[in-house]
Amino acid sequence: MSDHAAHAAAAHPDTATGIDSRKLAIWTFIGSECLFFATLISNYLVHKETWLTGPGPFPHEAWTSPAGKVFEPIIEIPLVTLGTALLLFSSLFVVLALANAQRGNRRGLLLWLGCTLLCGLFFVGMQVYEFTHFVHKGLTLKTNLFGGSFFVLTGFHGTHVSIGVLWLFTLWILAWRGKLTADKSLNLEIAALYWHFVDVVWVVIFPVVYLIK
Amino acid sequence: MDAHASPASEHSHPSVGVYIRIGLVLFVLTALEVGLYEFTYGHHAGPAGHAIEPFFVPLLLLLSAAKFALVAMFYMHLKQDERVLSGVFIFPLIIATVLIFGLIALEAYHFAFARSG
Repeated sequence: MSDHAAHAAAAHPDTATGIDSRKLAIWTFIGSECLFFATLISNYLVHKETWLTGPGPFPHEAWTSPAGKVFEPIIEIPLVTLGTALLLFSSLFVVLALANAQRGNRRGLLLWLGCTLLCGLFFVGMQVYEFTHFVHKGLTLKTNLFGGSFFVLTGFHGTHVSIGVLWLFTLWILAWRGKLTADKSLNLEIAALYWHFVDVVWVVIFPVVYLIK
Repeated sequence: MDAHASPASEHSHPSVGVYIRIGLVLFVLTALEVGLYEFTYGHHAGPAGHAIEPFFVPLLLLLSAAKFALVAMFYMHLKQDERVLSGVFIFPLIIATVLIFGLIALEAYHFAFARSG
């Protein structure tokens, strides 16, 4: 198939809806993921102030238990803000990578996709540090319902980011080997849609978990 | 449907300039969110911060919704792509929103009922 024919096939897929089936599939998947994260966010909001073992540690405020044990505030807003900003910038970088892929600019594609990967890796690293920090401060999955719902919600999001990093890395390798050409840019567009979804989920999680007390 | 009437075309996607401007707006909105938190609850929170405390959550949710909409419309191309894709995304999104607010309302009701009963 010539480049022109391949491009025309990508622009006018031969399906009943006129939309490429892979694109429709990823949007359907994203729709189902909305419900998945809605249940996790609801679970967090309902349980964040429910304790089985007595209050504390609190995420935002210092607190002293009746036994005299001091719990310090554990959430580090500046670090998470940096992670949030980088995740938002990674969404910008991936659309720039897509624009370069569609124009057949391999160097630009590699550059911006590489920047996206670095931002994603920083975010995953930030979450690993945060989880370790919380465990050292006494908040684990089993400490109380806040801990359980917090780790499940942010942990599932972090897993999604990690999967996205792996997916984009495979595309970066393909681009590096010259196999992600303009007529195959839909492969990157589908991965980018997943990545943007992971980003918009964090747009909701960040204020709900970290900023609202 | 005429396949040529609404093609899945990258030609209708926004320009690089629009992408960068949206990125800057997202950055500013995030800074506003954190600034609002610092102003209301941070180390430098004063009487003005306490005054806006009742509006803190609605303002934060408004900023968050604006960021969500910008990413979905421009970066995910829902503004330019076929309407059916918007429907596939927005329908479960509405169910998800109803689910979250419904559970919060249910929990608030049980909390109030337990206290009064």
